[in-house]
Amino acid sequence: MRRKLELSELIFKLISYLLLTMFAVGCLYPFVYTISSAISGYAEVRDSTIVLFPKNTQFDAFKDVFNDNVFWNAYTNTLFLTFYGTLWEMLLSIFGAYALSKKRLLFRKTFNFFLVFTMWFSAGLVPQYLNYLATKRAFQGVGIYDDKWLVVIAMGMQAMNIILLRNAFEGVPSEIEEAAIVDGATEMQVLWRVYLPMSKSILATVALFFGISRWNGYFWARQMISSTNEQPLQVYMRLRLEEYSDPELTTNWQLSHTYAPDSVIYALIICSIIPILVIYPFIQKYFAKGVNVGGVKE
Amino acid sequence: MEKLATDFLIFDEESGTYIEDPEQAVRDDVEKHYWRNVIRTVIKDWRLYVMLLPMLLVFLLWRYFPMYELLGCFKLTEDAKTVADQYYSGFSYFKTLLVGEGNTELSMQFWRAFRNTFLLSFYGLVFGFPMPIIIALFFNEIRSNIARSIYQVLTYLPKFMSTVVMTSLVMMLVKQGSDTSGMQPGVISQMLTELGMLSPKTAYAGMLNNPTFFRAIYQISGIWESAGYDSIVFFAAIIAISPTSYEAAQIDGAGKLAQMRYVVLPSILSTIVIMLITRIGSLLHIGYEKVLLLYNPNTYVTADVVSTFAQRNGIAGSLKGLASAAEMMNNIIGMLLVIGANTISRKASDVSLY
Repeated sequence: MRRKLELSELIFKLISYLLLTMFAVGCLYPFVYTISSAISGYAEVRDSTIVLFPKNTQFDAFKDVFNDNVFWNAYTNTLFLTFYGTLWEMLLSIFGAYALSKKRLLFRKTFNFFLVFTMWFSAGLVPQYLNYLATKRAFQGVGIYDDKWLVVIAMGMQAMNIILLRNAFEGVPSEIEEAAIVDGATEMQVLWRVYLPMSKSILATVALFFGISRWNGYFWARQMISSTNEQPLQVYMRLRLEEYSDPELTTNWQLSHTYAPDSVIYALIICSIIPILVIYPFIQKYFAKGVNVGGVKE
Repeated sequence: MEKLATDFLIFDEESGTYIEDPEQAVRDDVEKHYWRNVIRTVIKDWRLYVMLLPMLLVFLLWRYFPMYELLGCFKLTEDAKTVADQYYSGFSYFKTLLVGEGNTELSMQFWRAFRNTFLLSFYGLVFGFPMPIIIALFFNEIRSNIARSIYQVLTYLPKFMSTVVMTSLVMMLVKQGSDTSGMQPGVISQMLTELGMLSPKTAYAGMLNNPTFFRAIYQISGIWESAGYDSIVFFAAIIAISPTSYEAAQIDGAGKLAQMRYVVLPSILSTIVIMLITRIGSLLHIGYEKVLLLYNPNTYVTADVVSTFAQRNGIAGSLKGLASAAEMMNNIIGMLLVIGANTISRKASDVSLY
């Protein structure tokens, strides 16, 4: 009896390790393949003979990417969008969520519904497009010709993240707030000195969500940013991919290059995910918390 | 001392009479001065409302104003500058889309897109939903914290890749062959050919040019992207189970499968139900970006969804009213599904999502 028990547990444990390892390797494989392909020679990438390790190693694809001014420009634009976009969203969300978390706020239910409704129903791509076009005209009317500000200010803001913050603020014990008020703290001081330090992990999670969606933003940036100088990295990457997937264009490629056109895309992919990989280990511990508080109550 | 009847009444100085029902009088007073009281409260607490205002303004300008543009669905002509100065044509766009009045081709495309939207989500539900639960069960088997962290870091990672990166990888892994540049099919296509699951000719023509494979590619890349990350919520439910439950089951002679059936499953059932209901509620909310980046005219048959149909006709094309109408119908049905799912969840488990 005892032996049989241990056997079934052992088998299950073995299967778990085996399948999880397979899945984890499957998650990792495309990245390893990307690195290998970025530094492999022309013929190897063209014939897709690389399976895991690089063959006929070259670093010209990376060199050419790094020597490309348009790439650095796109990179700077993405950094700009991510920094100011996240800052803008965090400021508005923190203030809004703080106000919404207060029981004494009048019409609290109405304001909450106003937010939640945007998660249920959106007008759709075309009305949003027309709206952004009108916003763009309005921005140009007041002298803002840089479309990056349009992306920063008008796009983003997810109701879900605000509700996450609101729930975290609601969890702060009111005694601490009352103590601070007795000590003469103003509304702002209560927010900055009491609420924010007490909900650090959820703030990190929400900032991460905002930041990642800014870093990865593609569709609206491509639709609304007209000047090539202001394009973010994702748009630049996609344009290069579209350019290189035309076989006619790359017919005589090997005469002037030691690497295949695909290697450029692989190199760009690596450059675009490095910042995420760098900050990822530091914030990974917050995810579980962020998701657990995600049970939204209304 | 004897009390007078008037002691129970309140004397109103304004009218010079006694008030018969003091409670009613208070209620009347509150009602009469409702807005005055509101304004007083707001002024007293003005900082709170100033904090709230910018956020509300952003939502109003860029979430609610587009809804006003939806009036364009009922317009007669497409070349309008504003919504206001146009003639309204009632439901002509809806008739075109639903029954093919005036343009049967568009109607056919719309129904195809609607069907694809539903099917892509539905297959996602069938194949994608169980995966995170299974992965969470496996995570639970790993006792070493370091090993588990490594597995978690690796499996959450794809979630943070952008859609552009993910679709670029997919496109290059299953790329087509070409005679002009001598390019061979992508590495995954070649592997599948060697395993005999794909004919060399199909691999050469490119899997993404073949409508047969689009749904499979969409689902597999979706699982790759989010199965690991989505397991967080189930894993949290599993580690909350008290170890004594397992011990009790073991003493009763339960093997691993019996423990799964009688200890783990009942404990995480409510989480599963909630996640399932959410998933059903969002059946018609499908990410347009991924489809838009992966599809091409060869695969419209299985790949075109309502939002890409709207993007093609309304943003790239000039049929703005028609495209808005198509997406509005999709989104309204989607909203009803969300609300329905939420109501069921509230009734079934006392947990509502919104």
